[in-house]
Amino acid sequence: MTDSPQPSNPLPAPGSQGPDIAFKWAAAFAAATIIALIILVGWELYAGSRLALAKFGASFLWSTEWDPVTDKYGALPFIFGTLVSSLLALLIAVPLGVATALFLTELAPQKLRQPIVMAIEMLAAVPSVIFGLWGIFVLIPWLRDHLFVWLKHYLGFLPLFQGPIYGVSMLAAGITVAIMILPIITSISREILRSVPNLQREAAYALGATRWEVLKIAVLSYARRGLFGAAILGLGRALGETMAVTMVIGNRPQIAASLFAPGYTLASVIANEFTEATTDLYLNSLFELGLVLLAVTILVNVAAQIMLKSMTGGSPIKVN
Amino acid sequence: MATSPYLPTPAFARWRKFKSNAVTGVLVLCSAAVIAPLFLVLYFLIVHGATSLDWNFFTQLPKPTGEVGGGMANAIVGTMTLLAMASIVGVPIGIFGGIYLAEYGSDGANSWIRFAADVLNGVPSIVWGMVIYLILVVPFKGFSAYAGSVALGLMMVPLVMRTTEEVLVLVPQSYREAALALGVARWKVIMVIVVRTALKGIATGVIVALARIAGETAPLLFTDLGNNFWNHNLKEPIAALPLQIYNYAISPYDDWHRQAWAGALVLMALILALNITVRVLSRDRQKST
Repeated sequence: MTDSPQPSNPLPAPGSQGPDIAFKWAAAFAAATIIALIILVGWELYAGSRLALAKFGASFLWSTEWDPVTDKYGALPFIFGTLVSSLLALLIAVPLGVATALFLTELAPQKLRQPIVMAIEMLAAVPSVIFGLWGIFVLIPWLRDHLFVWLKHYLGFLPLFQGPIYGVSMLAAGITVAIMILPIITSISREILRSVPNLQREAAYALGATRWEVLKIAVLSYARRGLFGAAILGLGRALGETMAVTMVIGNRPQIAASLFAPGYTLASVIANEFTEATTDLYLNSLFELGLVLLAVTILVNVAAQIMLKSMTGGSPIKVN
Repeated sequence: MATSPYLPTPAFARWRKFKSNAVTGVLVLCSAAVIAPLFLVLYFLIVHGATSLDWNFFTQLPKPTGEVGGGMANAIVGTMTLLAMASIVGVPIGIFGGIYLAEYGSDGANSWIRFAADVLNGVPSIVWGMVIYLILVVPFKGFSAYAGSVALGLMMVPLVMRTTEEVLVLVPQSYREAALALGVARWKVIMVIVVRTALKGIATGVIVALARIAGETAPLLFTDLGNNFWNHNLKEPIAALPLQIYNYAISPYDDWHRQAWAGALVLMALILALNITVRVLSRDRQKST
């Protein structure tokens, strides 16, 4: 009883109860603020987009036209851009992140682990705008002059790698976002892998499995669902990523097959056009884009939380 | 002795061994690929940033468009101001919320509040900017440092709350029981015994949250807007380092690009300093317990 985390049925303290009650209410009020904030965020975005909701209805989601001059707005190019850049990021970041987590939990010598974990934490601390700056002046020139040329030369028969190379592109955004979500995918995967019982590994070794076979049959298959949750959590981050994406994606509302073509995401169109929105309908449409973004990220995050919780048997994984 | 058909051939055993070693190699390469971007970012930050940093950068205002020189003195002060004001908004709500979770809340209520905090943590930062625009910019007819710091402050709340809860729960129950048995009022037990014991952990959580919001740009775009001059009126827009870096980075001027790198180096140094503080604080805590 001495070390139970929750004070169960505390003794009533003698003396004045007034301050006690006030203090308890202050704490309850602060905790309730969290729930109130969610309602507030949802409600404000809804209120801000009412005009657009009434005018375009559901067709807003699949209309491809975004023309402030004629006051016609559709979200599809931005939804497309957000999904494609985020999925590209996942495609790059999930294998790398899971592999690094495997290396850290299963193979790395003790001396190496701490420095690598620290480096990954530092990568997580780099602000989005600095990744954007680096993207513009370091990553994009390199992609334009080397990687993209190479891809076009060898994989140019695929529609994905055709068309003119500008540098700013969907693929540049995907790579930038991949770098930004690597830390969270790696650290959550690491937590998941660490929760795999050692008995699993020992049993596989006892059967004569090699190191890779142990990882495959005992560790990865056990942790599959949790790793999937880590990927989904990374997706949640990628969808809402704003500044770095805005700086490298090229900001053109189009749906192109080529990954070398510029694109546009929900978050970056809001960042670019919000203060320039001249008509009410324009501003309302931007709010509706925000509403779409919020709805998608919340759904994705909740799904990830549920998956991670079922993996760890109820105890929540800390997400920073 | 007859060979069993189930025994692997030596070639197969070698193949398995080879596959295992190959995978080990791939894992090492992947880990290198994950930390490489950090060093590439830091390298270019230092190369471009350090050569661009000069005394003027810390003392002067930005020069008008196209002119060479000037600095970001106002943005450095502005970012500090925004962080201080954001803490005033976010830290009390976060800490009191954490106290509720650790000391008062029922399991049912707590799980909802924790769930809400996780959801809030996932709200894209640009969305915070839009919401605060409607709540604080439109009604007061103007962008302001207040609006910017409320946006940042609210982003701190979930993080501060969860870390506060975590460290308060670690305080042994016997401390609370001993104080209550002496007749100390519950709120005093919490503030003087429990919070005091966990103070270092709470401070760590606050600094982690500060490090997280110090580089945030998106929530400031439509709340604080940025400013090229000194500002002593918090009802007006105030300069901020991330905003200045963004505006200069996407500008067409070489000298502004140079200053964007310098600004990025200063911002990164600030964030690293906060992270190192966290590390030192948590190391002490590990030693003392």
